[in-house]
Formats: sequence, C-alpha cells, structure tokens
Amino acid sequence: MNTKSIMIVGVGGQGSLLASRILGNVLLAQNYDVKVSEVHGMSQRGGSVVTYVKYGDEVCSPVIEKGEADVIISFEQLEAARWLPYLKKGGHLVVSEQKMDPMPVITGAAKYPEDILGKLSSLGADVTSVDALGLAEEAGSPKASNVVLMGVVSTKMELSEDAWQKALEECVPPKFLELNKKAFALGRQAAAN
Amino acid sequence: MKKLMLGNEAFARGLYEAGVTVCSSYPGTPSTEITEAAAKYNEIYCEWAPNEKVALEVAAGASIAGARSFCAMKHVGLNVAADPLYTFSYTGVNGGAVIGVADDPGMHSSQNEQDSRHHAIASKVPMVEPADSSEAKEFTKLAYELSEKFDTPFIVRMTTRISHSQSVVELCDREERPLKEYVKDAAKYVTLPAHARKLHVKVEERTEALREYAENCPLNRVEYNDKKIGIITSGTPYQYSKEVFGKNASYLKLGMVNPLPVKLIKDFAAECETVYVIEELDDIIESHCKKIGVSVKGKEIFGFTGELSQAIIAEKLLGEKKEFSEFSENVPVRPPVMCAGCPHRGVFYVLNKLKCVVSGDIGCYTLGASAPLSAMDTTICMGASVSGLHGMNKARGAEFEKKAVAVIGDSTFIHSGITGLVNIAYNATNSTVIILDNSITGMTGHQQNPTTGYNIKGDPAAKIDLEALCRSCGINRVRVVDPYKMSEVEAAVKEELAAEEPSVIISRRPCALLKYVKHKPALKVDSAKCVGCKMCLKIGCPAISIHDGKCVIDHTQCVGCGICKEMCKPGAICD
Repeated sequence: MNTKSIMIVGVGGQGSLLASRILGNVLLAQNYDVKVSEVHGMSQRGGSVVTYVKYGDEVCSPVIEKGEADVIISFEQLEAARWLPYLKKGGHLVVSEQKMDPMPVITGAAKYPEDILGKLSSLGADVTSVDALGLAEEAGSPKASNVVLMGVVSTKMELSEDAWQKALEECVPPKFLELNKKAFALGRQAAAN
Repeated sequence: MKKLMLGNEAFARGLYEAGVTVCSSYPGTPSTEITEAAAKYNEIYCEWAPNEKVALEVAAGASIAGARSFCAMKHVGLNVAADPLYTFSYTGVNGGAVIGVADDPGMHSSQNEQDSRHHAIASKVPMVEPADSSEAKEFTKLAYELSEKFDTPFIVRMTTRISHSQSVVELCDREERPLKEYVKDAAKYVTLPAHARKLHVKVEERTEALREYAENCPLNRVEYNDKKIGIITSGTPYQYSKEVFGKNASYLKLGMVNPLPVKLIKDFAAECETVYVIEELDDIIESHCKKIGVSVKGKEIFGFTGELSQAIIAEKLLGEKKEFSEFSENVPVRPPVMCAGCPHRGVFYVLNKLKCVVSGDIGCYTLGASAPLSAMDTTICMGASVSGLHGMNKARGAEFEKKAVAVIGDSTFIHSGITGLVNIAYNATNSTVIILDNSITGMTGHQQNPTTGYNIKGDPAAKIDLEALCRSCGINRVRVVDPYKMSEVEAAVKEELAAEEPSVIISRRPCALLKYVKHKPALKVDSAKCVGCKMCLKIGCPAISIHDGKCVIDHTQCVGCGICKEMCKPGAICD
C-alpha cells in the first residue's frame, strides 16, 4: 500500500508524544512499516509542536510536508489553522475545541482568529470537532484529552478496536489505564454522534 | 523481536548489544535520550558528567583501561570535548570507544547549525552516519568492532530527525565483552612530543587504511535503478531522496562519512548521467567529490542552511509542488514560553523592570529573551554569561557594572560557569552573577546534575554546596532568594548591583514540572475587582489571558505560584 501520513499537532505539554506512541504501536502491530517523528527540547515548552506518523509497506522520509497529510489531529483550534496547509485535499481534520492563547495574543500583539472551525470547514477541510478537554475531565483528568482524540481518530481508521485497546495497555502506565480507557471510549462515542 | 524505537533508543540498544560497560555523557538536545535509554540497561554503567570534556575523558580512560566505552553529546558539546578528541585520536583505544554526536540541522533546539563532520575530518577520527533507527543500532555495533580493529575512537553522527524519529528495529542479544588486558604503554598513551610525532604518522596510515575499507564495506551501499540521475547522499537526506525518486534514480548511500571513499564514488559517478550530492548543512561530500575530480551538483541548488525535505528536493530537482490550502487569515505565531509556575519568571520580570543589561546563557531561561520579559542581551554558549559579563564590565567600567548581571542555570554553572566566576574574583570586577538554581537540568527534559544530590539512576549522590563553592572561588557576597517573592528578588538585585565587590545571588526554587513539587490550587480572579489594567500580562505567564476586558486564569495550567498576585494591585487575583 502507499504510505499514509498522520500529523498530531498542538501546544507543547498537551501530551502529543503519548498520542503518537499509541498510534505507532497500533500500526506496528498490524505489521506496517512505521515511522514516528517527534519534537523534543526547547519547542516543547509551550510552543507549537508537531508529531508525524507515517505507515505503509515502506516508509522513507520521517517527516510530512505541505499537502501530504491524510489526517491531522489537532489538540487546539489555532494549531489546526496553522497546520492546515499540510492537509492533503480531501484529508480529515480532527480538532479539539480547546483554545489556548499564544504569547503574542496574551501580550496584545496579535488577535486570536474568530470561528476557526467554521472557516476550516468553508476551506473544504473535512472537520470533526470535539470537546476533548471536557470529555477528558469527565473521564477523570484533563491530561487525557490526547487519548480522547485517539478515540475519535480510531473511528476514521480501519483498525479493530481490540488493536487500539492493546496499544493503550502497552503505552499507558497501569495506574492510569482505566481512566484512559474511559477517555478513549468517550472519544469514540463523540465521533459517532 | 521487532520494536518501534527512537533513533536514540536504538543507539542505546546498540551499546547494550555491543557489550559496552561504561558510558559518560552530558545532556543536550537532540542527543539526550541515548544516555537515558542506556541507563535503563543494568549491564551498562552510566553517568551524567559535569560537561562533555569530562565525559569524553571518562570514556577515553575506560577504553584505555580495557572496557568498551561510550559518551554522547550534541554538536556544540563536541566543541567542549574537542580537546581530548583530537589527542584521543592519536593514542587510539584499548577497548572500543564510540562518541555519539547529534547535529541539529534547522536548529530545533540549538544556538547554531554547525556540522560535526568537520570535527571528524579535523581530528582524523572516523565517522559513521545512520539513516534510521535500525542503522543507528547496527552501525553502532559495527563502530565498536572497527574501533578495536583500526585502533581509533569512532564517532556516530546523528541528526535531529534520526535521533527523534521512531522506526522499526529488530532486537538482538547482548554479547558480553570481558575487559581487555591493561598494559602500561607510554609510547601509545603518553603524548609527549617524541611519542606524538610517531603517533601522528600512525594516524595518517590509519586514515588511508580506513579509506581503503570504505571502498568496499557494508556501511556504504550502491543501489542502481534508473541511471539518468545518480544521487550521492547519507543520513536523513537519503530517506528524503528515496521518497522523491524511488526507483527513478540510483543511489550511493554513504554510511561512513569520514574518511570518504574515492574509487566507489568515481565508479558510481561514471555509471550515472547527472550526479547530485544531497547532504544537509555543509558541502563535505560535495567538496570531496570535486577534489577527486568527480563532477557533481549540490550546494548551488540546495544551499547551506536549514533542513532538507522531500518537498525541497522535489521542487528544486523536479519543479514539482504539492497543492494545499492556507488558512484564510493571519495565524499568530506560538513561540515556546516559560511554563506556568516557572521559577525563572519573577527574576526576569525584575531584571526587565530595573532595565538591567543581562548577559545570558543556555537553558530554559534563554526564553527570558522573549517578550514581554525581554530581559536578555546576549547568549553565546554554555558558561559565556559569567565570563562575558566580566568582559563587558572590564570594557565599560564602574557605571556599567551597576546595571549589568549574568544569569546562568545550576547545571550550566557546573558545566562551565565556575571558571568564569573564578576569573571574576581573581581579576576583580564588581560583577553580579545570578545562578538560577531550579535543582535540575531543565531544557533537556530533567536530568540530574551535581547540584541536585541525585545521580542518573535517581540514587542519592554527593551534592555540591553552591554557596560554599562560590565563596571558595573568592566571592564574599553570596545570598539566596526565593524567585516566587519578587520584592525580595528586586531588593537583592539592587543591593548586589550597588555593592563595591563581586557577588552571587542564588535564585533557588525547583522547576515547577518536577514530580516532587507540590502545586498550590489554581488562582482565581474576582471579576468585580479586576479593572482590566493588564499588569498581570507583563509577566508573560501562558495561563493568563484577557477576555472581555477581564483577566482569566486557565485552571489547567496554573500551579498557584502567586507571581501574578504580586502584580495585581486591585487584589482581583486571589487563592
């Protein structure tokens, strides 16, 4: 099969590394060649961060370029707008409704755009938006919004739910497994509605 | 067994499988996880050294003593370790020795974009470069064999995209390596001029032998497909090239980047119509090709700066561009910021308020340069804040001394700030140095260091007494402040700047992200009292924003540090 490309974007500290590890493990278990490219270091400190996940028969480049992503998962609305150019025509955009003001907005040097989700849809993107933070809090911790989004994405990919559950068990510490399973289920449910 | 591993984790697995027993490193993005992953294997002794020079000397000592040894660092760390590197090249090894160096094309987390291949060439140390996690493991293992066979340390060059990309790795078992016999051999290990002259001859012979090896070795690989285009490449650029051309080009993939082969390149070029060299940063392979009379195109197309990608290669060589949509309006940038509750914040607010000249350094606190704190004037390299301040003060004199400070983190101070402080005391400027002691090496993701009282395994270790250390350097005025109390910080900075002798202020509070740090509940805003003065925004806290003219605190980020409360004159921010 041709290589498929998924991007996970958000704000440093939101938990995109765990999300990409879950995704990577699900795909490896299906015997795909997989590459997952992460961001460590300075940009993790509250900056805009991106993780690339690619899979197929043979993956060469670990990075995704503009117009190449089949799916973009965004942890925050402004980040969805920022990374939109990376979405392939007809690609899926899964967006958490959370908004976080970047420093130029906080200091008044820039404005946070209005109605980002509406504008993304009008640009032709196939947008699924969920209140990932609210659902994560319902599951027991705001930190689980990454796993809520994985639940949403799982409905967009042709992989069994069982495979996802296994990857969750591998990637999440036992202490937080129940909480994350609940977050994942809430994400799947939200996508179905 | 197949596993998805970061390049750095696979590198560490290679150390494990190669029977390495001693590892000493200093953290630095993107190299840090090599040593962190190695420390999880109980068979490998691992440590965080105070700096890269010490780390490489430890690895050299362990190798001479008969062990397979290792040290890791980022590209600029190799500058610090260059002194031992260039002479370790002469002595050669006993047990195999490998140095892991991670370059950062695109400067994701670095202050420059230097190309470590220059150090390999200049020090005459052979260098290999993997192109994915699997190669990171296999090349490392081979590097140990070659290190012992050719009697030389080896460098394994990583780049950010290899270090921080996970790909599939097949795990093997460890091969235990008993210590090699240690035999006193002054002619080999004592580099007196008389010995070193002979050793240099051996180094030149070794390089020729390695070049011969490079002509036909498993590290370098020719893939013939369509021969209209031939691509000579290594590392990630190989992956980018393959993604663009697939079977429509032929490849000479170089795994050994120093020394480079001659015949192999000439033969490949003779088979292909047009030959491109696709390499990131400097024109190392391209210059070599031109030197041996092979006509290639490279930097005239791709330039010297930043990372390459499949998109750049497709556009430059094929004129192809992917279609995409842009968002319909301006998207504000989101630069990295100090975290909510960061103990550095209050110090930088005070330094900005007092209009100090701030001689800065390398760490999370370099973010103090960004608006709205904007309290940093210089950042050069690890330790340069302290020595640079002394130079500024010597140049501009007494008036300048009364408004200039140096800021340096605990780990960076140990790395290379101490010698600068010794110089301040010894050569006498009334310099004011602020040590931002957050009890951890922060930026690289929380590594222990000699000021924390714990070692890499988290076990208790000797702890440096910073106050006593500064006094013993010859600084009489040493005081400790709590950066969560800005008025206390301000008073201390004013007093020490006014003092007629050098001083050190230790701003002490652990990083807010450390697991053991207990957070207070998030602060709240009494909207009735908030007058919308925006004073709370001046500290640049990511948890605070203004909505409908009133301050709002994001309860998922706020850790209750209370700095904003000190800013809020109407008393709207409360517990």
